Amino acid sequence: MLRIPCPWCGTRDEAEFRYHGDATRPRPTAADTLADFSRYTYGRDNPLGWHLEWWLHVGGCRRLLKVERHTLSHEIRWVGTPEASPAPEVQAP
Amino acid sequence: MPPAPRPSAPAIAPERTSSGRYSLWRLLREGLNGQRGWSRAWVKAAPRPRYRVVIVGGGGHGLATAFYLATGHGICDVAVLERGPLGLGNVARNTTIIRSNYFQPANIRFYDFSLRLWERLERSLNFNAMVSQRGTLNLFHTEAQRDLFTRRANLMRLEGVDAAALSRAAVKALVPLVDLDNGRYPVLGGFLQPRGGTVRHDAVAWGYARGASEAGVDIVEHCAVTGIRREGERVVGVETSRGFIAADVVCLAVAGHSSELARMAGLELPIETHVLQAFVTEGVKPVLDVVLTYGAGHFYISQSDKGGLVFGGAIDGYNTYGQRGTLPMVEEVTAAAVTLLPALARVKVLRQWGGVMDMSMDGSPIISQTPLAGLVLNGGWCYGGFKAIPAGGFTTAHLIAHGAPHPVAAHLDLGRFAAGRTVDERGVGPFPYLH
Repeated sequence: MLRIPCPWCGTRDEAEFRYHGDATRPRPTAADTLADFSRYTYGRDNPLGWHLEWWLHVGGCRRLLKVERHTLSHEIRWVGTPEASPAPEVQAP
Repeated sequence: MPPAPRPSAPAIAPERTSSGRYSLWRLLREGLNGQRGWSRAWVKAAPRPRYRVVIVGGGGHGLATAFYLATGHGICDVAVLERGPLGLGNVARNTTIIRSNYFQPANIRFYDFSLRLWERLERSLNFNAMVSQRGTLNLFHTEAQRDLFTRRANLMRLEGVDAAALSRAAVKALVPLVDLDNGRYPVLGGFLQPRGGTVRHDAVAWGYARGASEAGVDIVEHCAVTGIRREGERVVGVETSRGFIAADVVCLAVAGHSSELARMAGLELPIETHVLQAFVTEGVKPVLDVVLTYGAGHFYISQSDKGGLVFGGAIDGYNTYGQRGTLPMVEEVTAAAVTLLPALARVKVLRQWGGVMDMSMDGSPIISQTPLAGLVLNGGWCYGGFKAIPAGGFTTAHLIAHGAPHPVAAHLDLGRFAAGRTVDERGVGPFPYLH
């Protein structure tokens, strides 16, 4: 059972959240190519290691969170608002 | 089958010993002979510095690909590299189900091709894999689900595949354990595919390994691939824990870790890695002689010949390479089990397993050439890989031998994502955690 520290509600069980996938892909703009849209829709880093991902707190504040979690140990080392990003020193592997 | 010629074999080829033909006569003879005449079923080879084809991954698909390359295309200069010991991965720990009750016509054709190969597998391998066509029964619980299942059954019949509608009474007669009027999701009926069933999963690995080894394929255990060497846009071999191995063609058959391996070659795949769990109970007397699936949740169950009830559910739901599984899904699966089959509440779960899966972006597998010459991908199996082993190996071998896809697997190419030809069985879009 993951315990996710929601910035608005505090630490809650995984059962309150819904996974929404990879949070590292910026949405392409109208000026970008079809290949960019294809990579945005279908391409995934899928790392074995730290993964920045979306979780929706569907059973709480109903807001999207950004969570940085390890895909092998499941340790969570950073949680933030959708606009925020982990500090650069934290991003280093 | 005598070993086929090995065109580019070195002068000093490793010794090949045949395990001989298995038969009732041989069993009787060895019984009278103190069991002294058996030899090892397959040879543990040491890697040579170069092969025509190197297959990364000694699971079901890797071994089947090697077997069909050697026996169907005469390409015996092949190595299968396995990171650990053979037959300890997903191929031998899944819920053993085979079936072809799919929705997309191209998928029906592919999985039924596989089912037809299963039906003659034991004769072609001369190995008892305990293929048991006991039928797969999908239950439905709402009128809308009845319509959907009817449509699927009709699509299957149009492709010449068997599907039969069962009434509530027929479901109860077939599976007396089912609580038809359970409080949450009463059962309205079911659809049966009589040719579906189960196969002893580890025997599939041993059977293909034996067949491939006798045909001249090198099966190399404890050989981890650490890099993929490129010369421009061509792959020329793999770096391994036992040195560099050159190859004309490198085939990745490492579902669960395809993204990591493709990254070594500089490729990004439309795949996420997720964990799927399976469970086995203590042995009980025969209570269930079909494969049963629940329509109001993700739950499927069958009974092994040892008596254990083998069951599983959905993936845990978020990216992970952790081969262990987590407790919330254990709770969800057991809740479904007890809702549908209340008698199971008193049965003890003996063991649990978690294996990692390639979840592709449309829920269908990938058997394809890649943007790099000399690199072939067999992956994206989305926890449906076991039933597809014969067809996956057969069509991947065809792709390697001819450089063009086998017609029955042509829709599973990597280019379908960019081209908008996704094969989305459930129609949920590019969200692997929902497939």
